[in-house]
Amino acid sequence: MTPKTTPMTMIQALRSAMDVMLARDPNVVVYGQDVGFFGGVFRCTEGLQAKYGKSRVFDAPISEGGIVGTAVGMGAYGLRPVVEIQFADYFYPASDQIVSEAARLRYRSAGDFTAPITIRMPCGGGIYGGQTHSQSPEALFTHVCGLRTVMPSNPYDAKGLLIAAIECDDPVIFLEPKRLYNGPFDGHHDKPVVPWSKHPLGEVPEGHYTVPLESASVFRPGSELTVITYGTMVFVSEAAAIETGIDAEIIDLRSIWPLDLDTLVNSVKKTGRCVVVHEATRTSGFGAELTALVQEHCFYHLEAPIERVAGWDTPYPHAQEWAYFPGPARVGAAFKRAMEK
Amino acid sequence: MTQYEPLRLYVPEPTGRPGRHTDFSYLHLSPAGEVRRPPVDTQPADTNDLAYELVRVLDDTGRAVGPWAAATDPQLLRRGLRAMMKTRIFDARMLIAQRQKKMSFYMQCLGEEAIAVAHALALDSGDMCFPTYRQQGLLLAREDVDMVEMICQLLSNERDPMKGRQLPVMYSYKRAGFFSISGNLATQFIQAVGWAMAAAIKGDTRIASAWIGDGATAEADFHTALTFAHVYRAPVILNVVNNQWAISTFQAIAGGEGTTFAARGVGCGIASLRVDGNDFLAVHAATRWAAERARRNLGPTLIEWVTYRAGPHSTSDDPSKYRPADDWAHFPLGDPIARLKTHLIAIGAWSEQEHEAAQKELEAQVAAAQKQAESYGTLTDGHMRSAAEMFEDVYKDMPEHLRRQRQQLGV
Ligand SMILES: Cc1ncc(C[n+]2csc(CCOP(=O)(O)OP(=O)(O)O)c2C)c(N)n1
Ligand SMILES: [Mg+2]
Repeated sequence: MTPKTTPMTMIQALRSAMDVMLARDPNVVVYGQDVGFFGGVFRCTEGLQAKYGKSRVFDAPISEGGIVGTAVGMGAYGLRPVVEIQFADYFYPASDQIVSEAARLRYRSAGDFTAPITIRMPCGGGIYGGQTHSQSPEALFTHVCGLRTVMPSNPYDAKGLLIAAIECDDPVIFLEPKRLYNGPFDGHHDKPVVPWSKHPLGEVPEGHYTVPLESASVFRPGSELTVITYGTMVFVSEAAAIETGIDAEIIDLRSIWPLDLDTLVNSVKKTGRCVVVHEATRTSGFGAELTALVQEHCFYHLEAPIERVAGWDTPYPHAQEWAYFPGPARVGAAFKRAMEK
Repeated sequence: MTQYEPLRLYVPEPTGRPGRHTDFSYLHLSPAGEVRRPPVDTQPADTNDLAYELVRVLDDTGRAVGPWAAATDPQLLRRGLRAMMKTRIFDARMLIAQRQKKMSFYMQCLGEEAIAVAHALALDSGDMCFPTYRQQGLLLAREDVDMVEMICQLLSNERDPMKGRQLPVMYSYKRAGFFSISGNLATQFIQAVGWAMAAAIKGDTRIASAWIGDGATAEADFHTALTFAHVYRAPVILNVVNNQWAISTFQAIAGGEGTTFAARGVGCGIASLRVDGNDFLAVHAATRWAAERARRNLGPTLIEWVTYRAGPHSTSDDPSKYRPADDWAHFPLGDPIARLKTHLIAIGAWSEQEHEAAQKELEAQVAAAQKQAESYGTLTDGHMRSAAEMFEDVYKDMPEHLRRQRQQLGV
């Protein structure tokens, strides 16, 4: 029997995931700034407090360190907290609790205590949010041993991954590309956004399902070139493939770290060419790790140097947002360079 | 069997929600003129009562009463009134410009104008404020900050002094004692303490003024700032603007229930006051008192300004979803502009006619500044700082990798 599906935006899909888990598991609690009565500044938790009560879904003081620190404590008790950091740009006050505590609790206590917590945070630019509402800090998390870092690119994956993250016994950093909340944005900021209701990945099963962690998806099969990417850049890469006419195979990592190495290695071995794309700044970005992995595992299959497309190494500007954002033109140019050699 | 009932999680709630009036008795207001004014060299612990009372000067009829009613020059009061009116007009026009998509975003300070304006007029030139995004009154109260330039920042146009890099309202005016605004809450609060410590290290006579909202006091930086300010007796005024709301969360979620934010200060060994933030005279008098303490090496003062965020949090917010639509109309401390106007008229230093004339004149001033600023472009018409400038100021001198990236962009 195929499960009943409904068209959902990414916001509705995330809400549905939390709704399903709040209903299934009495140990799940949801909190963060503005998430309770109001339902979050992006509305991801709208209606959940009314449905599950104030001791399951509640507002938190403006203290990211406090939000994550209490989540670690609740996890130690046996709960599964799902906390929201209002913007990824504001996780920094929680760094110590994430890096020194949540990530290492299992290791340092030899499994005596664990931190089964999910830390949601909207990330990425494209909304004229300036430097404090646009960052993509995934590489800061992938560098920390013990964390799982996840970034969905569509409503279907968002719900399945969030459920998998909540059920996971490790701390999961759940990054939500806010530019994808309402539609598959492809980098053409001057065109109207296509809503998720017009996209097949906006069809989301109503009940419980998971998209397993550590599994990438072949978002678009192709033969000439492999694109390794995640989040907003999946759709930007798709636009670049269409516009350049290059038959690119687009791998959507979904789980950034730990990742599904086989899927990307198999693809690069098949195409012999590789372009790594992310919105985050270039230097020491996660693209550097991906490039190194491809080099280690696919060196003898590569026919051209690996190309990297990323945000420039500057803070995210406001007015010059579209000169900063690695849109389809920049991605397409990298495709062409990778094909020329 | 346990003798205890099961534990329960307590989550504070405001009394008012959409469709249900707020019971403002939680504010614990003191009558105007009732709260004592200690000498500036008072011991911090001796301000304990002041952290729970409310310093007020203007009574309901507009008279200035009690020990905090200093003989304030009517000239200064008129200046303050005009600056508050200008701030409100400025905000109203910028909100319209935002709706017209000339700028991406805006934040108003409706209802809170007295705090920044009276504070600015009570500080000396050379003092340094570390504001949040809601203290535009600090700039608009000054004669030496050009409104045209401020609007260019808001429009992100080719004359934006922040070179297009910052969200609208994230001004920086070192020459006007206004530190660069960060989007990250509370970070500036501890930095103000550091600036004040530097003034003390260098034997300066300038002081710092730190700003934070009720909501952001939950951040660790706030508490750290109190500790450092106390330990080093830093010459700093620690301002907590309690406008009752932090986006959708009521001040009880920040820890205001059953206590006050001023009480945090006393607990840390800092002289603290809780003051009517909608009372221009009280704000001015309390700021003078705190500044005097700082300048006399008597250390920091924490002031909680009690006020109300009358507008939405920002242009991205819709408060009708979480609080009564007419809440401000019932807020017992009223409108700061109306209150100062009533006082000035009562003492014969102002009239309805002058008020109307000032309103028209200021509207024309702001409109003219906006017109001029728009002639240098708006966010949507393409007249903005060049993309090449995006790579500047990351470092003092541009390293090779940024030069290469700029070249790649082809600008
Ligand atoms: C570190 C950090 N966390 C969260 C935010 C998002 N945010 C911006 S303003 C705001 C509310 C602040 O409320 P308050 O401190 O009371 O100031 P007010 O807006 O009332 O002036 C929040 C949560 C932020 N900017 N920085
Ligand atoms: Mg507030």
